Amino acid sequence: MNAVIRYLRSLMLLELLRGMGVTWRFGRAPKPTLNYPEEKTPKSPRFRGLHALRRYPNGEERCIACKLCEAVCPALAITIESHQREDGTRRTTRYDIDLFKCIYCGFCEESCPVDSIVLTDISEYHMESREEKVVDKQQLLAIGERFEDSIAANREQDAKYR
Amino acid sequence: MATPHDESTATETITIEVDGRELSARKGEMIIQVTDRAGIDIPRFCYHEKLSIAANCRMCLIDVEKAPKPLPACATPVMDGMKVFTQSRRAVDAQRGVMEFLLINHPLDCPICDQGGECELQDLSMGYGRSVSRFTERKRVVKDKNIGPLVATDMTRCIHCTRCVRFLEEIAGTAELGAVGRGEHTEISTFVERNINSELSGNVIDLCPVGALTNKPFRHTARPWEMRARPYVGTHDCLGSHLHYHTRGGRIMRAVPRDNEAVNECWLADRDRYSHFGLASADRLTTPRIRVDGRWRETDWNTALEVAAGSLKDAGQDLGVLMSPRATAEEHLLAARLARGLGSENIDHRLRVNDFSHPRTGLARLDRPTRDLAGGDAIFLVGSNIRQEQPMLGHRVRTAWRKRDAKIADLNPVAYDFHFDLVERLIVAPQAMVDTLARVAKAAAEISGRSLPEGTLGEFIAAREPDSRDLHVARLLDAAETGIVLLGDGALNHAQGGWLRGLAEWLAEALGVALMVLPGPANSAGAAAAGALPGEQGLDARAMLDDSRSTYLLWDLEPGFDLADPQRAGSALQQADSVIAVTAFISEEMERLASVMLPLAPVPETGGTWINADGHRERLAAVGKPPGQAREGWKILRRLGEMASVDGFEFATLDEVSDRLGEHQSVDAFGSLGLEQPEATDADTLWRIGDVPIYAGDTLLRRAPALQQTTHAGPTRAHVHSATAERHGLENADRVRVIQGDASVELPLVIDDRIAPGGVWLPAASCVTHELGAASGEIRLEACR
Repeated sequence: MNAVIRYLRSLMLLELLRGMGVTWRFGRAPKPTLNYPEEKTPKSPRFRGLHALRRYPNGEERCIACKLCEAVCPALAITIESHQREDGTRRTTRYDIDLFKCIYCGFCEESCPVDSIVLTDISEYHMESREEKVVDKQQLLAIGERFEDSIAANREQDAKYR
Repeated sequence: MATPHDESTATETITIEVDGRELSARKGEMIIQVTDRAGIDIPRFCYHEKLSIAANCRMCLIDVEKAPKPLPACATPVMDGMKVFTQSRRAVDAQRGVMEFLLINHPLDCPICDQGGECELQDLSMGYGRSVSRFTERKRVVKDKNIGPLVATDMTRCIHCTRCVRFLEEIAGTAELGAVGRGEHTEISTFVERNINSELSGNVIDLCPVGALTNKPFRHTARPWEMRARPYVGTHDCLGSHLHYHTRGGRIMRAVPRDNEAVNECWLADRDRYSHFGLASADRLTTPRIRVDGRWRETDWNTALEVAAGSLKDAGQDLGVLMSPRATAEEHLLAARLARGLGSENIDHRLRVNDFSHPRTGLARLDRPTRDLAGGDAIFLVGSNIRQEQPMLGHRVRTAWRKRDAKIADLNPVAYDFHFDLVERLIVAPQAMVDTLARVAKAAAEISGRSLPEGTLGEFIAAREPDSRDLHVARLLDAAETGIVLLGDGALNHAQGGWLRGLAEWLAEALGVALMVLPGPANSAGAAAAGALPGEQGLDARAMLDDSRSTYLLWDLEPGFDLADPQRAGSALQQADSVIAVTAFISEEMERLASVMLPLAPVPETGGTWINADGHRERLAAVGKPPGQAREGWKILRRLGEMASVDGFEFATLDEVSDRLGEHQSVDAFGSLGLEQPEATDADTLWRIGDVPIYAGDTLLRRAPALQQTTHAGPTRAHVHSATAERHGLENADRVRVIQGDASVELPLVIDDRIAPGGVWLPAASCVTHELGAASGEIRLEACR
């Protein structure tokens, strides 16, 4: 009996019509696909992308070479060497991050007592040779200078949750 | 101020109860001593087992039954049946309260503080501190002090535990720091702005529980958690203080003491703590060099070794080997094997010795281990500025004086500045030291009734007439339960050192007291044990240079600085056909004299065996990576031996060499004590007192930047007594011309009444004196116009 009913139903092409219905519905719905890179999704202020070293508004670098980020880094991606600068303050002579080792966990940012090392929301970067995977202090500071406005805005937005 | 309980006098045992545990304690002990022994943890800042008790941090407050309020564990003596609670609510509340008060004025700058990660305050605040501060007022700020090139200060961080004050007062004996002001205005300071000059000053860094006093040359360069501690020994004195080098990525970052009650207790002399910074000196030799047509050329190891091995083979028995006492015992052993394999018996490590007439010159004789110095009742220092020569042994002598009220006397050419009181000082010109010691020996003979020895020695003693001061010294030694006669570097390197040793040996024997003859610098005992001494037909260090050899092998030394007579050494080396310098550093002098330079990785960059004065052996593993092509000494010797086709160089590892060290345990001494009557000197003759300054003893020390900035490394000047100046018409001279043989040099003159009349105190091993003659012997002064 059931087999007969199923046979009769199949003659009515119900599955096909249902499938067409889905196609019709989605064909008219707004499209979620973005035309990257012309179009981009919005990012959370907590997004963890490329690293940067920040400066104070007066131009002084924030980093005090406490090496907590180096100690907390689970991937051992950070290498720091420090010395006493002529004015007696503790400063880094070397601050290297190996971007291939980094797992973007954000612990470095969390451990930093002076908000110096931060993960920016930059996720688009590339390198042309393998050596470039290690970014040094000057490059990190340059990133920080260039994107200071967006870095500061993101920290500000997130500050109330910290 | 209470003093820590002296263990030796306490006999009565009582029982106390701590946290329900029964503990036995000696009567009069403090609670903290009992709990420390039992492994019960009580937090503390000011208490330190080696220092007196101040009880001013209050961190160790604990709860004692029937006591109306919490008591400090460090200053509460135990009583029978006492019940102590270290974890009770009242104890912990008290400790938390104290911690909150301590943190009121302590800055929260742990991220930039060098102590961060190894800070006692940081550790304890994790356990006893609040997570959020209730303090909203302003914090105290204290102006920083400048206390010299070794210790950095950050006095805002100070919690006034006064450990540093007590250390300098009690252990170092200089009382250079003190607490000024009261309450919140208390500051630890030097009273007047000045440096801390103690030779043990670095220990305040370890004692400081916070980051107020930190290591200045190390400052801000590494964190405690990224360094590895590697055991080593101090390589500048014959005690070999135990220490840890902290390394990071193959570089030595700092040195900290390693506890050993028999050697250095828990302290470390500044010399051992700061010398390793010299390893990074800009004049490190990193590639082998050979001289081709009078010009230095960098080359590879093979070429350089071929040249060196060629000259060695050519020299044969005409070879002279001068070994630095800072080489490891293995290096000494291999160098001796190499020299003997080539047919030469001329090898020596006693570089600063002027007189080899005593058969055991430069070999230690310790009737008691060095630690027993602290247990001496009467100590007679002969030719020893022990505080500078052996800072840790100086501390032991001071301990004897402080704890046992030891009677100390000295026979020296300079009234050295000691950190203990002396009951009798025989300050005589160096040329009169033998005479004076003989008078003391005569006095000893009179007191003990012993017959004088046969021969020249006996005749010489018999002809002396002791005065009351000589008798006083002899009586002191005779009356003492533990009497010690100690011969230091001044006696070892004296131009009549054989006489001094012979007399001291007889003096000790006559009075039945212990004799301590220290073996000279660094690993001298290891060198002797390894056989780096001339054989029966061999020449000693002095004879080798008196009579020029065709080839010399210089091991880690600078002829102008490390040899007894730089002038003579210079001319002998100039005349030699070839000079093979195995050296860690290049110097202008080395470039002039050497023909091959092989880059050496000196201690601590090399592994090996170190034997200290007491005969205590330390098998050490290399610490730190040598720069460039510098190689460990044993590897260089192995290749040299192989290329010079000498037997016994077929080993592959250092252990194979170390295992052979035992075979050379007994040190052969050749000949007998052949003393000749010392020549009488007329009253106008001046003798040089050529002490080696504390931070100039070896190649590494002379390059340690922090040590060279201290006042101990000041400019070289000639010091004379005012009477000497008058006699020689130098009262108004600012500068003098110092003349020894053909060499002369112009120097500033200082009138200094600590110097015995007839002596000229002109330190050796300095840039000014490196072309002068023997460090001990005749010298002339002329006023400069």
